[in-house]
Amino acid sequence: MEMLSGGDMLIRALHDEGVDLIFGYPGGAALHIYDAIFNQDKVEHILVRHEQAATHAADGYARSTGKPGVVLVTSGPGATNAITGIATAYMDSIPMVVISGQVTRDSIGSDAFQETDMIGVSRPIVKHSFMVQNAEDIPAIVKQAFHIATTGRPGPVVIDIPKDVTDPGETFPYAYPESIKIRSYAPPTKGHSGQIKKAVEILMSARRPVLYTGGGVVLGDGSELLKQLARALGFPITNTLMGLGAYPATDPQFLGMLGMHGTYEANMAMSEADVILAVGARFDDRVTNSDVSKFCPNATILHVDIDPASISKTVTAHVPIVGPVVPVLEEMLEQVKASKIKIDAEALAAWWKKIDHWRERDSLGVTPAEGEMIKPQQVIQALYKVTNGEAYVTSDVGQHQMFAAQYYHFDLPRRWINSGGLGTMGFGLPAAMGVQLAFPDAIVACVTGEGSIQMNIQELATCKQCALPIKIVNLNNEALGMVKQWQDMQYSGRYSQSTYADSLPDFVALAEAYGHVGVRIEKMSELESKMKEAFAMKDRLVFIDVAVDPNEHVYPMAIRNGAMSEMFLSKTERT
Amino acid sequence: MRRIISILMENQPGALSRVVGLFSQRSYNINSLTVAPTDDPTLSRLTVTTIGDDRKIEQIIKHLNKVVDVAKLVDLTEGSHIERELMLVKVKATGAQRAEVKRVADIFRGDVVDITPTMYTIQLTGTEEKLDGFIQALAGTTILEVARTGVSGVARGEKILSL
Repeated sequence: MEMLSGGDMLIRALHDEGVDLIFGYPGGAALHIYDAIFNQDKVEHILVRHEQAATHAADGYARSTGKPGVVLVTSGPGATNAITGIATAYMDSIPMVVISGQVTRDSIGSDAFQETDMIGVSRPIVKHSFMVQNAEDIPAIVKQAFHIATTGRPGPVVIDIPKDVTDPGETFPYAYPESIKIRSYAPPTKGHSGQIKKAVEILMSARRPVLYTGGGVVLGDGSELLKQLARALGFPITNTLMGLGAYPATDPQFLGMLGMHGTYEANMAMSEADVILAVGARFDDRVTNSDVSKFCPNATILHVDIDPASISKTVTAHVPIVGPVVPVLEEMLEQVKASKIKIDAEALAAWWKKIDHWRERDSLGVTPAEGEMIKPQQVIQALYKVTNGEAYVTSDVGQHQMFAAQYYHFDLPRRWINSGGLGTMGFGLPAAMGVQLAFPDAIVACVTGEGSIQMNIQELATCKQCALPIKIVNLNNEALGMVKQWQDMQYSGRYSQSTYADSLPDFVALAEAYGHVGVRIEKMSELESKMKEAFAMKDRLVFIDVAVDPNEHVYPMAIRNGAMSEMFLSKTERT
Repeated sequence: MRRIISILMENQPGALSRVVGLFSQRSYNINSLTVAPTDDPTLSRLTVTTIGDDRKIEQIIKHLNKVVDVAKLVDLTEGSHIERELMLVKVKATGAQRAEVKRVADIFRGDVVDITPTMYTIQLTGTEEKLDGFIQALAGTTILEVARTGVSGVARGEKILSL
């Protein structure tokens, strides 16, 4: 059997697991591992400029490819810097393996230099974690970590490795396990047929049905089946923020996103539905609003999810179905096709008529500003046009994120990359790096704001080093727009700590300082042409800084503690 | 409602903290907790008593099942079961009280397991309720120290929690 050191074993195990790209940052406790990386060429390492960015980049890679993202950081501050990215991945169920260096085994617990209890610190935000006690265990632990991260409801797994375990001076027999069985871990592999039958009967008898689907459909690669099911039924469908792209946004059956900033028609349809089929969605508070007792009180809820704990957590499911999206939808589709119950065509036509009436309200209509002022929505509309709707779009968090979700019509899954659950500012740029590395020839746009982009701006250097031609679309309203919107709506316009117009950097000069191209757009008449020019620079990162209306709000917006039907539609209108 | 949840989990470092952390992270109550290895040294049995409505208990059980180290669990309070807790109480026992404390201990079938000229150490086993009752019965005396193990239990009859 081949003899390898702990460090070599780790990198070899990653390769044997099919990993070809990892994101990280070196430091003392990880140096043996970094030396092992130096001595091989199968696993490529991307050097970021901050460990948080390594996790977001791995996350963007995972979301766009469906493969697990891999991160390598050192102990102490390296590990704690990775925490925000691990939490981001945890909230959105992203498969990720984070390897952190640790101080030597005999100094653990002694408050050694750069020592942090990573297992303890990360415990509430990981699916599982491993502390490697012996180098011989490395292959089995790596195998288990990837198995846990990628199966069932995916999530991040931490492997903490003391420095002496990776010592190049000691070697051990290496063999990568072909398969692994963990007796205490058995994620569901199919749904309960009886429950599926019951759900299909209710679905076929519905008069005002809605399909409400979320990120689980994207993660479980169920988009194709979802399309088939929706078309077989002819029912209206809405996606959550995380589910965008799982169903083509340009399809006539699509009502748009639902929830806090969902379309009028999507939220009204939910509110008046008699049957809701939820698939891979978790009735999150951005969908249900804070008072769940008002949430769709007349609807029978059919809930498909791989995680039993997501079912009946906030909204009670009448028919719970625990299982992976693909086998469950397959079985549903079969039963729908074979069902003796005929869908009430008259009721469905009346339902669609009602929905079309809601659609006429045009809740995402944009009123252009007077003169040359650019509305932020118009930037996303221009982006959609310039990229033919084919870009991978990452976003940060705030108004720009909602505008991107509302106005970029995603027809394919894994194209919309955003931090939905944790809402992590600083996610967009590093996530775009992961996407661009996975798809070097694709158009990758990072829609951001001047607040969020400054949270991981240092990654412009990584983009330079790796020659990543990302297009950064900065909706620059010179303020923390979403905070300001809430302050307008709930704090009588007292802008506590949400403005900084006097101290914003010159983003064009900043981009140039990092060796990239910077473009500033201030006039509506130049928006599309300058965006086109920027996107025509195929081999360069272009930082497109767009001055937008600083007073714009995101609408529709759910009214706090209200029902799904209660929304502000503009600064002056509400339902 | 009070529930007793018994868990079989991997006897691994970190497993206990994952279970306990889950309770604090999701703001579930822990009234008592006991844990020790089973006849199979690779498995630990953990028993936790908690309080919550049916909805909360359902969530607790679902989340516990998600912990990778948790192999199997049962809500003992769902069926008939046997629960036991052990308590050691140090009580001041001088003068007339010496006989009185002994009498109370006898009534509760407690054993005096250690004595000094001024105190008794009494060992008592039973349900949580019985142990509470004993402490109340000692109200007239000076209790110096109480050490309780927390509740452990098994289902009655043929029901078995094992892998």
